[in-house]
Amino acid sequence: MADPRIVIVGAGPAGIRAAGALVAAGLRPILLDEGQRDGGQIYRRQPEGFTRTPEQLYGTEAARAVALHESFERLKPQIAYHPRHLVWNVADGVVHTISEGKPGQFAYDALIIAAGATDRLLPVKGWQHAGVYSLGGAQIALKAQACAIGRRVVFLGTGPLLQLVALQYHKAGAGVVALLDTSPFRRQVMALPKLAARPGMLVKGLRLVGGLMASGMAIHRGVTPVEIHGEAEAGVTGVSVRLASGRIRRFDCDAVGLGYHLRPEAQLADLARCAFTFDPKTRQYWPEIDAEGRSSVPGVYLAGDGVRTQGADGAEISGALAACAVLADLGRAVPEAERAALRARARIMERFREGIAEAYPWPAHLAADLPDEAILCRCEGITVGEVREAATGKGADEVNRAKALTRVGMGRCQGRYCGHAGAEIVAAASGVPLEAVGRLRGQAPVKPLAISAGESQP
Amino acid sequence: MGGSGQARFVRLGETGRARIAVTVDGESIEALEGDSLLVAILTARGRLRRSEFGPEARSGFCLMAACQDCWVWTADGHRLRACDTPVRAGLSLVTEQPDMSWPIPV
Repeated sequence: MADPRIVIVGAGPAGIRAAGALVAAGLRPILLDEGQRDGGQIYRRQPEGFTRTPEQLYGTEAARAVALHESFERLKPQIAYHPRHLVWNVADGVVHTISEGKPGQFAYDALIIAAGATDRLLPVKGWQHAGVYSLGGAQIALKAQACAIGRRVVFLGTGPLLQLVALQYHKAGAGVVALLDTSPFRRQVMALPKLAARPGMLVKGLRLVGGLMASGMAIHRGVTPVEIHGEAEAGVTGVSVRLASGRIRRFDCDAVGLGYHLRPEAQLADLARCAFTFDPKTRQYWPEIDAEGRSSVPGVYLAGDGVRTQGADGAEISGALAACAVLADLGRAVPEAERAALRARARIMERFREGIAEAYPWPAHLAADLPDEAILCRCEGITVGEVREAATGKGADEVNRAKALTRVGMGRCQGRYCGHAGAEIVAAASGVPLEAVGRLRGQAPVKPLAISAGESQP
Repeated sequence: MGGSGQARFVRLGETGRARIAVTVDGESIEALEGDSLLVAILTARGRLRRSEFGPEARSGFCLMAACQDCWVWTADGHRLRACDTPVRAGLSLVTEQPDMSWPIPV
């Protein structure tokens, strides 16, 4: 019998660990990745010729990052690795790719999607100005290119990345004006029992907070964003927030790192027809999975932050577990002791993930409270008011209907950065629960392709 | 052309790399080998492009190939995503989409 064709999408922590487990079982998976180099976003590798040490790049996670990169170098000859391959569709057991203008197809018996996450965004009035970046983008500028996004940077939003990037900027010598967190401090205290599921990570988190306190940057928790000030040509000039005390305060700056934790890149799972379920705690739809990452569709497995935002360590575990599930379902030998240990660790990662979600909650009310003139879709300049009008005046109480009427979710980012806030706005305006307004359906291509890509032949 | 203002990004290190020249909207700028196009442009200018839907300048957003806010074009009309395209010596870029004529190049 021929070896099964196993395709993995994504060469981050989850995809690499999945590939490693399959190679250990004597298989040769195909690993498709959009990036220039392996590592994904969190363990992103700097380009050839850069000289910073892993400690400078990855801080406390340097050893894990190096271990993952070294594992990958050992795996490389034993897998079919295709970097710079965008997977733009999954249909009928075939993954469709494009690489430097050339289309490709990979048929699979088993598919592990480890597509990662992007920043979860919530608009602030003025967020369309030049100089506003996602937190992940601010981190990539530093990690991959040794640049700061500006001379005087404000970090705004919530989540672990907010604090991490602020401290990384400070340590790298960038000018950090303020860290403005929408989550009140008491939320972090209340989440401690769950965060204690990973004592080592909790200690790292506390040290991170200690480092921020010692840095001298202004830190305010429990803030309400009011406006990102800016000028059409010059870009960002400042940020105003309402502090927990009720006072409005403006911070002058020339750059903003903005983000509210992460959202899974689940479009490929959607195109593969995986069932989704609503998570009331994080207020989003995500794909259904079992304890080992099986989706609702036989032969399709989901791992890493692209399905549950557990972070890099959780991604490594879920990738290895998904590989175990593939082996078991193909009737191959499974390393049972390791599988049991992985499942136990996965439960710890999930408890910690819940703790993080409670400590840094998605501030849904901020979306509902946005002024009408604020831009919701930064791709096409569509305002919050236009979407409210569609919801209340035209009966668009479902997000795909609102998209059809207003184009929100149809622009260049295809709803990645406006989708969650747009759903909150439609729900609040039409008085329908968030769950009932639904989610933007995944559409192929999951990213814009050049027009002739579908026509030419490989 | 002016109007591009002060450089937006600040280099914090890794400045010992080889210098290469690229052209952006007819103006020569100096980049470092290993820069993305986005970094090459934003360490020389304040913006990457203009929004087609509003008055404001744009300078990219996600830097991880998800938002597509950083498209630029080669002089002959090939679209490039500035955040994940490495700079090459001699590259000539325009930040406004060139006029299209059939067949559309890729």
